[in-house]
Amino acid sequence: MFDVFALGPTGWGDEMLMGAVMTILVSSSSLLLGITIGIVFAACKLSNFFALRAIAEVYTTIIRGIPELLVIYLLFFGGSSAVMYLAKIFGYMGYIELNAFTIGTIAVGAISGAYSTEVIRGAVNSVPKGQFEVGKTLGLSGYSLYGKIIFPQVARIALPGIGNVWQITLKDTALISVTGLVEIMRQSRIAAGSTHEPFIFYTAAIILYLLITRLSNIFFDGAEKKYSKGYVSREAL
Amino acid sequence: MYESFFKIVEGVPLTLQVVSISTILGIFLAVAVALMRISGNKLMSLPAYYFVYLIRGTPLLLQLYFVYYGLSQFEAIRESILWPILKEPYWCGIITLTISTGAYSSEIIRGGILSVSKNYIEASGALGLSQIKTFMLITLPITVRQALPAYGNELILMVKATSLISIVTLMEITGIARTIISKTYAPVEIFLVAGSIYLVINFIIVMFVNLAERRLGIEKAT
Repeated sequence: MFDVFALGPTGWGDEMLMGAVMTILVSSSSLLLGITIGIVFAACKLSNFFALRAIAEVYTTIIRGIPELLVIYLLFFGGSSAVMYLAKIFGYMGYIELNAFTIGTIAVGAISGAYSTEVIRGAVNSVPKGQFEVGKTLGLSGYSLYGKIIFPQVARIALPGIGNVWQITLKDTALISVTGLVEIMRQSRIAAGSTHEPFIFYTAAIILYLLITRLSNIFFDGAEKKYSKGYVSREAL
Repeated sequence: MYESFFKIVEGVPLTLQVVSISTILGIFLAVAVALMRISGNKLMSLPAYYFVYLIRGTPLLLQLYFVYYGLSQFEAIRESILWPILKEPYWCGIITLTISTGAYSSEIIRGGILSVSKNYIEASGALGLSQIKTFMLITLPITVRQALPAYGNELILMVKATSLISIVTLMEITGIARTIISKTYAPVEIFLVAGSIYLVINFIIVMFVNLAERRLGIEKAT
């Protein structure tokens, strides 16, 4: 029964593992893009300009209110022409086609960005105002204020939330399989189709996702510990 | 644009139907799983814990494929009395969504039940109320109040999740939208139309949840 998972050309073991590697790659790049988007839009939401706040509000409302699959279809069918349109403005007339990895990263990154925005905004809001004031009183500004004083505190509060966003992102990448990117979901579909053993391959896919979840929980727990170092909660005092 | 709007709107009844059936079935599953988890009996709480872990740790699309394609591999299932249900993509969609919302909502309900202060339960016992009366008159109302805001989010996630059943050939909003996109190659226009329909549905849900919250006197956390 397990010889279908043999490594090499006779079995699907190595293909499934490569699928898992692809899932991890596309999830990580989507999360990174999502956090970047999240920082930008959280800054917009916290800004004093109405227009910036409105743009960020529209973005998060739309992304959180419509199905992920619809966003993926939009980019899958419209992504290449949008890029070509932009390239034309800059004088490039050639044909551009985005590959499934890029489309997937942008689509899932945009979704993950909306969730990250809320997490980061909440974390920045929960840093006491006094911390900014004290920093400024000490004559700090720019990197030394935001990088050394504010960021570590935001990171500590945002980490559990980012861990949740990672779980959502990881699961959303399964939807990219509809665009043809060969990650766990797509690979198990292909294997199930050609061996007529869907049960065993979908079970294998379930196990791979649970393993990735387990490993990433360990990673996030470690990161939380690192950023909580030297921090004692008020209740503990 | 009008033409595609009228075509896509035809998918709304199916979306709403699947959402309502699986949400209602899902609540029963969720309450059962939540009660199992807080039962204090390991034979009950461990299976419930692993069930929730399994469902929350895997993508919904994979669960749908597992139910729709995976189970049908076995002769025993194809010959069982369940086959008329399991061969239909419609019922596979409802089963998958029910299981999924059951797992996610069980966590919300569990959190709600655990938030009920022990003092209330003790006070109710001191007043001579039976266990069933305590549950119905004290625990349940407080749980509903606690769980409602999070449950509102779960409802929106459910509306979004129904889009996946389009992958097993059901023509709800996203399914129709996809078909039109691949025919007309006007992704932005169709995205705007289908997206707005989802936003309207979710906006109505949010309004109802807010109304219910106000009725129950829940203060908005800001």
